[in-house]
Amino acid sequence: MRRRDFLAASVAALALPRLALAQQGAYRRLLVLVEMKGGNDGLNTVVPYADRAYYDLRPRIGIARDAVLQLDERTGLHPSLEPLMPLWRAGELALVQGVGYPQPNLSHFRSIEIWDTASASDQYLSRGWLARAFDANPAPAGFAADGVAVGGHDMGPLAGGRRAIALNDPGQFQRQARLVRAEGRSANPALEHILRVEAEIAQAASRLSADVPFATEFPKSPFGNAVRAAAELAANRSGVAAIRLTLDGFDTHENQPMRQQRLLGELAVGLAALKSALLEIKRWDETLVMSYAEFGRRPRENASGGTDHGTANAHFVAGGRVRGGLYGAAPDFGALEGGNLRHAVDFRSLYATALASWWGLDASRALGGRFPTLELLRA
Amino acid sequence: MLRVMLAGSLVAWAAAVQAAGMGADDARHLLLRTGFDAPPAEVARFARLTRAQGVDSILAGTHQEARTPLPPEVLEWTDPRTLRGMSPEERKAFQQDLRRRALALKGWWLDEMVTTDSPLTERMTLFWHNHFTSSMQKVRSPALMARQNALLRRYALGDFGALLHAVAKDPAMLVFLDGARNRRSHPNENFAREVMELFTLGVGHYSESDVREAARAYTGWSIDPADGSYRWRPFMHDRGVKTVLGQTGDFDGDQVLDILLAQPATAKFVTAKLWREFVSPQPDERELGRIAADFRASGYQIRVALRELLLSDAFWAPANRDTLVKSPVELVVGTVRRYGVRYDDPRPLVFALHQLGQDLFAPPDVRGWPGGEEWITTQTLLARKQFLARVFRGEQARRMSPMAMAADVLAPEYELK
Repeated sequence: MRRRDFLAASVAALALPRLALAQQGAYRRLLVLVEMKGGNDGLNTVVPYADRAYYDLRPRIGIARDAVLQLDERTGLHPSLEPLMPLWRAGELALVQGVGYPQPNLSHFRSIEIWDTASASDQYLSRGWLARAFDANPAPAGFAADGVAVGGHDMGPLAGGRRAIALNDPGQFQRQARLVRAEGRSANPALEHILRVEAEIAQAASRLSADVPFATEFPKSPFGNAVRAAAELAANRSGVAAIRLTLDGFDTHENQPMRQQRLLGELAVGLAALKSALLEIKRWDETLVMSYAEFGRRPRENASGGTDHGTANAHFVAGGRVRGGLYGAAPDFGALEGGNLRHAVDFRSLYATALASWWGLDASRALGGRFPTLELLRA
Repeated sequence: MLRVMLAGSLVAWAAAVQAAGMGADDARHLLLRTGFDAPPAEVARFARLTRAQGVDSILAGTHQEARTPLPPEVLEWTDPRTLRGMSPEERKAFQQDLRRRALALKGWWLDEMVTTDSPLTERMTLFWHNHFTSSMQKVRSPALMARQNALLRRYALGDFGALLHAVAKDPAMLVFLDGARNRRSHPNENFAREVMELFTLGVGHYSESDVREAARAYTGWSIDPADGSYRWRPFMHDRGVKTVLGQTGDFDGDQVLDILLAQPATAKFVTAKLWREFVSPQPDERELGRIAADFRASGYQIRVALRELLLSDAFWAPANRDTLVKSPVELVVGTVRRYGVRYDDPRPLVFALHQLGQDLFAPPDVRGWPGGEEWITTQTLLARKQFLARVFRGEQARRMSPMAMAADVLAPEYELK
């Protein structure tokens, strides 16, 4: 984070104490974002199995009609997502198809920046959309942090946040925190950054409670560990408002079937474990889980048994208060643009749903414009 | 060219006027920035040289090959076709062996960085590893990663154009960005996009159509599964006419790379990256333009760009000192070198690098490690301090005042260079 942003953030926080107080209740509700890094292939995730054009475009890697988990007469899930079927049947899983944005960018880095900052395609913002939302409406002072990035190599939507932390394991984080001495300021931006991170560590560590015992068995994988960390954070008495998890490896230019099968399986057992753990601590009804990725993939398979970078994508929204079902629009292969899907739902509508419908905040400020919310929450 | 020489000799002359040498502060700055943290004796030796003498001595000391012998098992090659016939047990054993050889490769590079007499050679090899990224996670072959590492070191201070052509057909790269699977019938755009976005031009200097057309030109580059070497497969190559960056012809891949090299944007993009690695987080536009133009005019001699950067006013400006965050490699290797930390087995250090966010031969994605302030998050800062505290706990028995050292290395300033 640049010093400029830091100052701007502090000023914003000082200017809005009343509003912040009024909003304290909102963050009893938790937001969990799951990044499917690399750009998951949504078309083989939420499969339009009744559409002939789908199999024409994907003669080798299309998911066979009799293999999909049928949700209705034309849409099915990838078979590896079986562990999510109990959520679907309980009406707690929404699938949003056709999520994207106008003038799509096909670079991993530019497109994830667009998603992380909730910018327009031709607009360059330096801070994450959650960081901006927390400027106007910080989590209560007693919280351990506004947002926590678990694993992953960047802060994503939390980048530039005043009280955003990264950790892999809350218990280890707390034990190691005695190595920092949070004091002083500096005019050197790099040193100021380190001092600020030290202060964040000290503040968060003083409030985290660690090593929560769960009966739930978490998958033995890096993503399973991240899910455990998320559950421990959710159980923490001081609270956090948002958690970001990352599952990496979805850039399936080649040999997609085997790789995506493994990744979606990991995702599904991880999310099922998350639900089980949150039920244990009675927070499933207070949690909204939402997936995101830089882009979907090209409808036509390539010669390597994979898919190249694409545009519109399918995403998951899950939670105890989610109204399950299909949202957005099924892919229209007859209206491709440069071989790619047109989007039906702006990704910022998903964010607006989290900010406005879930937390009751003014979404248009953080998102720099009005985006219709999706009616996928139960009253 | 004349201008370059004049500028160079002026700096040398100005430094000579100082007569007594650059002094310890400058020497430590130069060594930290061009290598790893150095022991006091080395700082003292450089303190007696002028700035230009110091820079030229470092540049003259570089070499094209590593001195640490590569463990032979790292270079073992398995024909991927034999994997298909393996039983599940054989496959599992193979995977375990793969991990063992990958770890040996990482430990070997770490040893080389700790013991080398030319830290700049290793810093530049790492710089190119982070520019022309490939990852073991996808390549799945320590042999190919080792061969790529040797290639990057051979050209580390050489000719950028030759390096680009060589690395484009490097087997690890052909696997990592799917070049080996790019064929006429359905081109795979992965390499074509990244070579423009990340290796040469940078975002905004090409169109989606350039990506698609260039991908056709790169078809035909492949790998011989028998020994993992590069192999040209003419029947996979698209001989048709392509239009890339406004030029039209029946280009092959090398011709398209030459089109990219001819663009001034390439010189500027690479020079800016060198600036951020060695000088300061934010390049000075005018200076950058000057050095990029000289870099291009020299026929892309990396040594030319680097020498100008290291002798620029910006490099020595007090305002730019301690403004860069040490990478995990610089922190770990620098600490070991500066304090003479002894170890028998490099693997705990390799593991520490992983914890700190810089797993050698496995950058997080094709952009490489983002670096700069992004090295420091609450997670990685704690891991860095934990590592340093451990090193000095282990050293207590044989060192004079380990606690004082520990206080030094645990200070926030120690994370900077």
